Amino acid sequence: MALEPITSVQGTAVHVPGDDIDTDRIIPARYLKCVTFDDLAGTHFYDVRFDTDGRPTGHPLDDPRFAGASIMLSGSNFGCGSSREHAPQAIYRSGFRAIIAESFAEIFFGNSTTLGMPCVCAGREDIQTLAAAIEADSSVPLTIDLESLTVTRGDLRVPITIADSARHSLSAGRWDPIQELLDNNDAIESTARALPYV
Amino acid sequence: MGKTLYQKVWDAHAVGTLADGRTQLFIGTHLIHEVTSPQAFGMLRDLNLPVKYPHRTFATIDHIVPTINQDAPADPLAAEMMDALRKNADDFGITYFDLASGKQGIVHVVGPEQGITQPGTTIACGDSHTATHGAFGAIAFGIGTTQVRDVLATQTMAMAPLKVRRIEVNGKLRPGVYAKDVTLHIIRLLGAKGGIGFAYEYAGSTFENFSMEERMTVCNMAIEGGARCGYVNPDEKTFEFLKGRPYAPDEDEWDAAVERWKSFASDTDATYDDVVVIDAADIEPTVTWGISPDQGIAIGETIPDPAQADNEADRKSFQEALEYMQIPGGTPIKGVRIDVAFIGSCTNGRLSDFREAAKFLQGRKVADGIQAIAVPGSQITAIQCENEGLDKIFEEAGFEWRAAGCSMCLAMNPDKLVGDQLCASSSNRNFKGRQGSPTGRTVLMSPVMVAAAAVTGAIADAREVFDVDPAAA
Repeated sequence: MALEPITSVQGTAVHVPGDDIDTDRIIPARYLKCVTFDDLAGTHFYDVRFDTDGRPTGHPLDDPRFAGASIMLSGSNFGCGSSREHAPQAIYRSGFRAIIAESFAEIFFGNSTTLGMPCVCAGREDIQTLAAAIEADSSVPLTIDLESLTVTRGDLRVPITIADSARHSLSAGRWDPIQELLDNNDAIESTARALPYV
Repeated sequence: MGKTLYQKVWDAHAVGTLADGRTQLFIGTHLIHEVTSPQAFGMLRDLNLPVKYPHRTFATIDHIVPTINQDAPADPLAAEMMDALRKNADDFGITYFDLASGKQGIVHVVGPEQGITQPGTTIACGDSHTATHGAFGAIAFGIGTTQVRDVLATQTMAMAPLKVRRIEVNGKLRPGVYAKDVTLHIIRLLGAKGGIGFAYEYAGSTFENFSMEERMTVCNMAIEGGARCGYVNPDEKTFEFLKGRPYAPDEDEWDAAVERWKSFASDTDATYDDVVVIDAADIEPTVTWGISPDQGIAIGETIPDPAQADNEADRKSFQEALEYMQIPGGTPIKGVRIDVAFIGSCTNGRLSDFREAAKFLQGRKVADGIQAIAVPGSQITAIQCENEGLDKIFEEAGFEWRAAGCSMCLAMNPDKLVGDQLCASSSNRNFKGRQGSPTGRTVLMSPVMVAAAAVTGAIADAREVFDVDPAAA
């Protein structure tokens, strides 16, 4: 499967502050009642964006200044909890193409990478600096460059990190590994033969 | 130099190295349920791919199953998911423990119960609590739906190896302290993100003395500490548990299987990336007070006061948690009123959990105004409990005795909190909104502590409520 290489992501950003933002918060379980991911756009962070009567709470994701943002900024351990791929799917299908956070939970990170949505880590202070800049002027786009491992916004430039394997698979257009896995069929079968329980 | 179980299992299942440097890992056992698999089957159909080894995938239904009238969900979306799993299992030739099989239940209860979960194997499931199976010395972890597709299509997935942290707990737990307290204590100590990048090897005399069910309770919550998998080295208890189960090796293959399983245990001279040692006597009945599983305290402690936090980040997170929980910092957790008591889930929905809670509930009554529900983890667990008369003890105490499923752990079925109800829960997550109401509140604890909260109507020290001498040997 030939995929578009992803070496950079450019777009305006929104800051969703907080540490340990779990996948139940990213997508409440009731939206998991589906047999496809097709209708998940807009379900992201639903219960913090709307109160129990359905009225907007004034969450940054609904602030008109950040409308059209395609990069999300957040804190540490982003995406912890449930393995539900619905979480990154909901974020992606709501228009996001990359997340910058202090750190990510592993399953969420893997799910996002496989979708072609880079998750990059930046230092706490750098995220605060970026967040303050976005707050001051939300119209200036950010550029996440996976080659130089930086995020730039105007004159502002901060370093980022991402697992080498994810950086490689994104930039080589191999972020969905299915074809490579299928290509190794002979090795799969010989591994299986050596495992008595299989 | 010796190897850990993690390294041995990894090496035996490594198919090769992918271009991005990750390992193509063979997944010997794949478990699926109705929530995270239908999209994967859709992807397979789109790509026109078959399931590579259909006999190595096992399905059951758990998240959406109502615990009253199991097979008649009033919710059309739930019915659609139920139908999809039936069709996918049929179309692709996958064994399905459905509601009519008598073997249905929470996937992490069913796997061990059927003897599908075995030492020295790799187990994946689109569910983060897959680490539960690590109790048998398997490397078991949760995966996303696209990876479910990968495993269905190739029986493999791409993964980078983890580091291994040995968490040694030594000594005898004090009366009234359970496996749940051990896991909550570990998470409190190491944090919700402390395990990122690690597999946890749980070891030490406390784990050696644990039953398989107790080991499962601890491994189950590895992910709440950030670790994608947790395991206990296999021993005689492991083998004894598996012997005679439907999918365990037959009599004539048994000895060879046991020899092989033993060979996977960590070598005594294995090296670890990190070691943490805990004294069992330091562990108290532990409960959460906030909105992350690492926000835990011993039952006798007071809830942290944001004003006393070490740093600004902690202060903010304490404040956010306490505002949500509607409880003041700096006050005791003991005495906080509850509305609902829930015993069940893949963490604590097994026979020994119900036995232990029933022991104390016998002759007692749930406090007025409290809804208390007990939900066995599987249809087989339900029958085991009912054969011992445990259902009657729960019912006489004022609990509702329900049918098997995930129930109130995650609110994908009719069992949900309403409004800002506070639930004393034997489940695994206290995230905002986890139990189905966006303002619902969860306090995690052991089943016996849930029983104590149910009968007093408030968070309580089960040792005081049930006259357990904490100093007894």
